[in-house]
Amino acid sequence: MNINAFLLGLLVMSVVTYLVRAVPFGLMQKKITNRFFCSVLYYIPYTVLSAMTFPAILTSTSSLHASVCGMLVALLLAYKGKGLVRVAFSAALATLAMHVILTCIHEFL
Amino acid sequence: MWRRLSYESERVMKLGFKQGLNHGVPIAIGYFFVSFAFGLTGSVEGMDWWQTMLISMTNLTSAGQFAGMKIMLAGGSLVELALSQLVINLRYSLMAISLSQKTDAKFRGIYRWILGFGITDEIYGVAAGQKEEISRSYFFGLMTLPYFGWAFGTMAGGLLMRVVPNVVLQGMGIALYGMFIAIVVPKAKEDHHVLKVCLLAIVFSGMFTYVPILNKVSVGVSIIICGLGAAILGAVFFPIAPIDDGELPTVEDRETVMGGDQA
Repeated sequence: MNINAFLLGLLVMSVVTYLVRAVPFGLMQKKITNRFFCSVLYYIPYTVLSAMTFPAILTSTSSLHASVCGMLVALLLAYKGKGLVRVAFSAALATLAMHVILTCIHEFL
Repeated sequence: MWRRLSYESERVMKLGFKQGLNHGVPIAIGYFFVSFAFGLTGSVEGMDWWQTMLISMTNLTSAGQFAGMKIMLAGGSLVELALSQLVINLRYSLMAISLSQKTDAKFRGIYRWILGFGITDEIYGVAAGQKEEISRSYFFGLMTLPYFGWAFGTMAGGLLMRVVPNVVLQGMGIALYGMFIAIVVPKAKEDHHVLKVCLLAIVFSGMFTYVPILNKVSVGVSIIICGLGAAILGAVFFPIAPIDDGELPTVEDRETVMGGDQA
């Protein structure tokens, strides 16, 4: 790819992303007291993360079975209150293990 | 005398730079692995390692970067690139507004304009989970290690592309989602309203993935519609208790975010 095109694209991406974060953060000086808005702000991180995760997690690897395996491990460990890194890492390992098992079954049977 | 001393030392216990650094460690480790996957994907699809690393250093987003890289590689227009970033990253605006309600008196003006760069899903999630007000030094500490984790993870992924066997990649793609699950599930377990609202968001998101016509809507737009839609319905049907001093309630307990990793 052309270096100039890359640098121009990089500039556009980073400026837009920066403004999306900094403008509301820099301009919002007052405390919101409205109960409705407070409620929306209370729920929004969880709804956004949920919508980003499901159903995209099912297609996050090339095998549906392996993805489901990783997802179940993540849900179980998160339910047990394990930390961010442990959950993410275990999900990745479970997915990898399932993938290896499936590949072996496919190869040798 | 002893009582008085210990009482005073407890009073000055405020969340500072060091606590921020400390709370950033698990995020940094997670980011290293996720951005490793980004750097790797970038190299596979034809970018140099320093290009993906520059993207990571100037953007600090996950979904936005992936989309932006794909558009650049496909030779998309700058307008398309700008719009994609605006839509996919608009959730950070909501998080920025939410965080602006939790900052202490000194965290304003130029500090907001500089440190606002560090608002990501996880950094916001941890900051929002603190019981105390967020100081600029704490927030700076919190974003520092994740920033380097994100940058160097991308570099490692880009450079090691040829060394890492393809099968390892199969596990990488799910790591980011695992992290999201680890943020949402403990809160949903604690507050059944959050559980219901999240399930609603998932139903919406499923519709935008599988229902014809709706599945033509771009991922960024659908995430905003699903997330905002479910949160608004949540606010209508399960409004949170009114707050007298205008302070947002704790969004999540630090213990639930850090969980077992916290000694």
